[in-house]
Amino acid sequence: MKLTIPEREIMQPGHLACQGCGASMAMRYALKIFGRDSVLTIPACCWAVIDGPFPYTAVNVPLFHTAFETAAVMASGIKAGLDVQGEKSTNVIAWAGDGGTFDIGIQAISGAAERNDDITYIVYDNEAYMNTGIQRSSATPHGAWTTTTPIKHYKIGAKKNMVEIMSAHRIPYAATASVAYPEDLCKKLEKAKNIRGFKFIHILAPCPTGWKSDPKYTVKLAKLAVQTNIFPIYEIENGLKYTQNKKVKQRKPITEYFKYQGRFKHLKKEEVEFIQKSIDRENEILLKKF
Amino acid sequence: MKKTMIGNHAASWGAQLSRVQVIAAYPITPQTLIVEKLSEIVADGELDAKFIKVESEHSAMSACIGASATGARAYTATSAQGLALMHEMLHWAALARLPIVMTNVNRAMAPGWSIWADQNDSLSQRDTGMMHIFASSSQDILDSTIISYKVSEQVLLPTLISFDAFFLSHTMEVVDMPPITDVDKFLPPYNPEYKLDVNNPRSFGALTSEEHYYEFRYKMQNAMDDAVGLIKKEGREFEKLTGRYYDLVHSYKCEDADLIFVTSGTIAETTNVAVDELRKDGKKVGNLKIRVIRPYPKQDILKAVKNCSKIAVIDRNISCGYHGIFAQELKGALYNESDIPVWGYLAGIGGRDVKVDDIKEIADETFKSKKPVDMIMKGVKI
Amino acid sequence: MLIKFRTDKKGVKISGAKDMPPMPASLGLMNWNKTSSWRNLKPIIDYEKCIDCFICWKFCPEPAIKIVDERPVIDYDFCKGCMLCAEECPKDAIATEVEGK
Repeated sequence: MKLTIPEREIMQPGHLACQGCGASMAMRYALKIFGRDSVLTIPACCWAVIDGPFPYTAVNVPLFHTAFETAAVMASGIKAGLDVQGEKSTNVIAWAGDGGTFDIGIQAISGAAERNDDITYIVYDNEAYMNTGIQRSSATPHGAWTTTTPIKHYKIGAKKNMVEIMSAHRIPYAATASVAYPEDLCKKLEKAKNIRGFKFIHILAPCPTGWKSDPKYTVKLAKLAVQTNIFPIYEIENGLKYTQNKKVKQRKPITEYFKYQGRFKHLKKEEVEFIQKSIDRENEILLKKF
Repeated sequence: MKKTMIGNHAASWGAQLSRVQVIAAYPITPQTLIVEKLSEIVADGELDAKFIKVESEHSAMSACIGASATGARAYTATSAQGLALMHEMLHWAALARLPIVMTNVNRAMAPGWSIWADQNDSLSQRDTGMMHIFASSSQDILDSTIISYKVSEQVLLPTLISFDAFFLSHTMEVVDMPPITDVDKFLPPYNPEYKLDVNNPRSFGALTSEEHYYEFRYKMQNAMDDAVGLIKKEGREFEKLTGRYYDLVHSYKCEDADLIFVTSGTIAETTNVAVDELRKDGKKVGNLKIRVIRPYPKQDILKAVKNCSKIAVIDRNISCGYHGIFAQELKGALYNESDIPVWGYLAGIGGRDVKVDDIKEIADETFKSKKPVDMIMKGVKI
Repeated sequence: MLIKFRTDKKGVKISGAKDMPPMPASLGLMNWNKTSSWRNLKPIIDYEKCIDCFICWKFCPEPAIKIVDERPVIDYDFCKGCMLCAEECPKDAIATEVEGK
């Protein structure tokens, strides 16, 4: 029997994630790597619900639910509390959605990153406020429909480049990853686990409910995001050393990615062309950094 | 050991003597001297603690919450805008039942920008579920910090210790610092049953339906009720070590008084002086200092005022649209229990000085007045 | 008073405040919650075709695919029927059945 990721399961089934949820896949992988000697803190996001209501939990490691904008600093506080009590080996992980990271939580993240607190911040990015019912966030890509960007007034403006913002803090480790490539993701989690200081991992986690896609296409979409260059996966060490983890020889047209999702259905040909151009331009800039 | 120190430093040393393990704070006038001194104390190795220099007060309280949830003793301090920014997390600390003790230097809320004494900042946090103390001397600040950890860690509720900007934060007083060996005997290390523990992996604060939320409030209310007795009990324990006793209310010459002032903070100390002078003039007055406003010491208040014929509350705060908050609370306590009329006075708003003569004037006015008044805005220039 | 944490697959009984910790601290795992009722489609592994690559196991978001005697086995108590496993199976070894038919 040959497995490509660790066999152990810490996350328990029975949780409340929708069918085909990318965020629950991400958590499963993270706990496989971080193990039982870990403490999680989760702000308002899908995972605040997925874990289950009082008096239950699904993650099966200590978890502190916290306010929307506080995941990073809550992790800093937990880490400090454990440290002063001599429990220095415990992994402290802030686990947040894109809204809690790109928008309301960015101040606390910047603070913890600047202090280089020894925590791992993981954002599972489903590109909108899915838990509150699919409202746009600054992680929502250009052109997408959400309930606050209706098709007549779809999301205008590029997705915030969070990993670059983090790498500008010169943190020891920043990476993007995808639930479609668990082996790569697990390698990154393992790396983060063994680095002291602030680690940031940005995971693209497709959301069938919010993307209006078939639950069975979660992995396919996450893969297409990489193959079309709309979500390149790479890592940045100390803010300077860029490594490309999945080289894309011949990028697929963005229409390949869009066609499985309802949220881009309204886009006209010229709008798609505009998006395609911006993806290609961004990719050119990125490639120069490797 | 007796030391001369400002009120802010009394807070810092109170935290040091309590052996706080995690400090997270953000600077704001007039609190800054507390965190500067604590930074020195930690840097000099006089306290084995982690000091997280956070990027906002919201994060200061959040970091304290995280640390406290692991079973560490956590401390923070702030003022006015900073406390307002913390507001969300004050509720969080209380509902998560974390015994964080924090200091707030009472400062007027902006705009206009003001750094002067006013209680509206901390009274706006009245319903967060924190215990709330108004200290009135530097000694009170230091001792309250130590005692509060002892009480908080038993009832699992945070404590907010407030005191007036500049009148107390920046004025020197002689403070007796108990030896840390004595404090250690009084205040054992914090070791909670429920904490973030990798050997007992619980989640904290999950989605709570209407089926259970009410019961958590019921438990909080019970904890507050227990705190009334515990503040007294631990106050007596502390007295054995130091000779100083702190109660929820302190009455000064109230037993035979016709008129009782109800005061808090530094105004309470000024009022004690006014009481002595008024007594010299043959006026039977007393002063009831409310030291703890949550849990509200209703029974203690009723007992202290039972023999008087008039009460004058002096509020350095206002709930605009109604009136002074201490006056509201007092009237609520008296309702159904007593017929003593209450006069509400506003004084010292935005840091305006309240002098002995002002209090004597309030006494005269109340003695002369036939009908109680909800709110008299003393000294307001119209 | 510390209320014990349960790891067996039974729900926790709470009749009132006395059975509750001071704060909303969990008392048991979610795995009593059988999510099989969410399922409209049912994946069925054809073990003749299955090559034991464990890609289905790897991607299951629940996880509701276990490894039993070195083979992937679907735990129908928890499978929500997202059909991701069938979609990703390189050998088309997972068939789709409509529930209740």
